[in-house]
Amino acid sequence: MQIDDTDRRILRHLLAEPGLATADLAERAGVTAATCWRRLERLRAEGVLKGQEAILDWRALGYEVEVSLRFTLDKTDPRAFDDFIAAARMVPEVLEIQTFVGRVDVRLNVIARDMGHYQEVYRARILALPHIADIEALMHVATIKDSEVLPL
Amino acid sequence: MIAMDATDRAFLRALVEDGTLSAGELGRRTGLSQPAAWRRLRRLIEGGAIRGRRVVLDRPALGFSVTVFLGVKLATKGRVSLEDFERAVTAIPEVQTVQHVLGLYDYRLRVAARDLADFERVLRRRILTLPGLGQVDANVLMSEERRPGPLG
Repeated sequence: MQIDDTDRRILRHLLAEPGLATADLAERAGVTAATCWRRLERLRAEGVLKGQEAILDWRALGYEVEVSLRFTLDKTDPRAFDDFIAAARMVPEVLEIQTFVGRVDVRLNVIARDMGHYQEVYRARILALPHIADIEALMHVATIKDSEVLPL
Repeated sequence: MIAMDATDRAFLRALVEDGTLSAGELGRRTGLSQPAAWRRLRRLIEGGAIRGRRVVLDRPALGFSVTVFLGVKLATKGRVSLEDFERAVTAIPEVQTVQHVLGLYDYRLRVAARDLADFERVLRRRILTLPGLGQVDANVLMSEERRPGPLG
């Protein structure tokens, strides 16, 4: 699909403020509400705009600990990635599963209520995941920036 | 921390899938009247359970086919250097996420680029010139999935 400057302008404003009503979005992007609506419909129909998700504040929900676990897998088994990811999906405390090319194979974002709970999840669920060769942990201290904005 | 019952959790589960759901629709799904659903939704938002919304995009369709995570270690530490670094790094449009972490690195950055050549440009011109920068480690994202998390 061809994306032009008007689409990009609308998307830029939508990414900056996803909750905007179409009329406000149109005004910011400098187009009429009808154009804005039509453009959004087309972006949705073409699958460029896939939808919107609520972002939860897990801290407010009682999950104080957030850890980024970076795994190196034992890749001598061709099913290592698939098995690992399927098992990781079964752990409710896993918020994100990412795969990489680089020094790290897979990263899991794991939350826990406190350090005691984290220890429990780590020992009982994480260490039980298949094909792990090595694990590194990064403890989240603070999120300084978190934006979905693309330099469109 | 905000107290939640099964209906609140059902609301959050639905909103993580589709952040645009109205109170009326949430009510229909959980068997609540529109005003009751609206009051619940307000309580969740005011209690801080929902931090905002994220627009889900087909990034490659918009010309952003490369996402790289950088682990950054600062060369010099101290309050001033952290602040300088954070100010400079958050100003880079291609840097979507900046997380302060404890462990092997000091910061974790998510960088969106059009392709590997574009990533190299961002890395050379913007990242490697950041104040106080020490070691940088890069992992190219292959796949990513978000999980609903422990919502019962």
